[in-house]
Amino acid sequence: MLKIDNLHAEVGGTEILKGLSLEIAAGEIHAIMGPNGAGKSTLAYVLGGRDGYEVTGGSATYDGIDLLELAPHERAAAGLFLGFQYPVEIPGVSNVQFLRSALNAQRKVRGEEPLSGAEFLKLAREQASALKMDAEMLKRAVNVGFSGGEKKRNEMVQMGIIDPKLAILDETDSGLDIDALRTVGEGINTIMRQPDKAVLLITHYQRLLDVVKPDFVHVLAGGRIVKTGGANLALQLESEGYEAIAEAA
Amino acid sequence: MTETRALPTRRDEAWRYADLDALAPVWPNIAGQREEIAVAAGEAVSRQIILESGDPNVAVKTLAVTIGKNARFALHCLAIAADYGRISVEATLEEGAHFELGGAILGTGDQTLEIVTDIRHAEPGGTSNQIVRSVLGGKATGSYLGKVGVARDAQKTDASQSVKAMLLDRTATANAKPELEIFADDVKCAHGATVGELDKAALFYMASRGIPPVEARRLMLQAFIADAFVSLDDDSVREEIEAKALAELEAIT
Repeated sequence: MLKIDNLHAEVGGTEILKGLSLEIAAGEIHAIMGPNGAGKSTLAYVLGGRDGYEVTGGSATYDGIDLLELAPHERAAAGLFLGFQYPVEIPGVSNVQFLRSALNAQRKVRGEEPLSGAEFLKLAREQASALKMDAEMLKRAVNVGFSGGEKKRNEMVQMGIIDPKLAILDETDSGLDIDALRTVGEGINTIMRQPDKAVLLITHYQRLLDVVKPDFVHVLAGGRIVKTGGANLALQLESEGYEAIAEAA
Repeated sequence: MTETRALPTRRDEAWRYADLDALAPVWPNIAGQREEIAVAAGEAVSRQIILESGDPNVAVKTLAVTIGKNARFALHCLAIAADYGRISVEATLEEGAHFELGGAILGTGDQTLEIVTDIRHAEPGGTSNQIVRSVLGGKATGSYLGKVGVARDAQKTDASQSVKAMLLDRTATANAKPELEIFADDVKCAHGATVGELDKAALFYMASRGIPPVEARRLMLQAFIADAFVSLDDDSVREEIEAKALAELEAIT
């Protein structure tokens, strides 16, 4: 589904990704772990198409199309979802307004009819309830006044409503308490653990991977994948640390 | 009333940012023209002003309002469309009176648009609240000059001014000039002003959810100017002025 080949990328003239290759097939959940500054968030932003993240070499194809050629909103319409490490606040724009605009814009690109206000509200309430988010929060401005945990929960509610094919989740587990971590993890399983979908989880910690069992774990260090293994690799990282693993590789 | 008044100069504080070249040809026709409104004690009057384009494309609207004891006057306005447009209000508040202003200045190209207020709290216990939101592109200039005067007797006055401008291009200009003249010693006069640009992080966040750039900008700008109209109680009137503002936003962005 996603094929990244020898990807190089710069931020502000500094090369961060230095030949990263990774392939994710439908039905798989991959986790990327790695020390601070390894390029994990840069990878997420490059795949999402953020301004200022310049690809200088290599390729990223998604379902056979050149992902890097698409504008950010076109990537979303093609089925890519980016879960933010720091979800952004948008004063004055309600969650409902934001998500309905997003969903209907995507549906339009795919040649589907827009959802009516009532249809959308029903869907939004179902997803909020599945993630134990108070439906009242749907009426509030996007992420404004939300706690760190509420913002992350809201990311998953958005993912449930948008129903993407490929989710790239950047430290969705950070800032969550133990109960919220479980709810969010189960949300990821319910929404994304499907034969035709895939997930790339970027995380620092083993905790989330206890709930969302990865098929593959990659260690990202110095801008490239230095080691790949199964779910056990995460346990090994937890006990031995990144340094030992990265050096041994 | 036919006496000719001299064209204002930039030395006149209230005309500091005005486009006097544009004003000059129409000045003989409009000098001294102002609409007088008297709100009787205990009454409430709500008024909307939407500037329109014309030929020559200059629109100047001046109100002189007296607001009686415990009365209320609300003005909601759009400074739009004209090459040079000006909405100016002088209001005198009697005891316990309230003045409300919600204004949006939306301009692009070489437009010069301004909202100028002179609010005189003459008696105790009056309140005034002014909210102005500007969205400016191209080489447009949008200005708010807001004077609040509090007379010696006007204790317990509570006046507030909130002015925010969003610049769509670095070539646009926003001026915000709150001016306070306070002779009473037990009053509250708050004022705040910001000038900024659309939040790029928010635009990317919206794009990452599939919202095309044009729609993302529209949603954010619509939310930004909505502050100016929240105080409009009549839903249908509010929707009408917001629709007009939205159409203007689409035209200038």
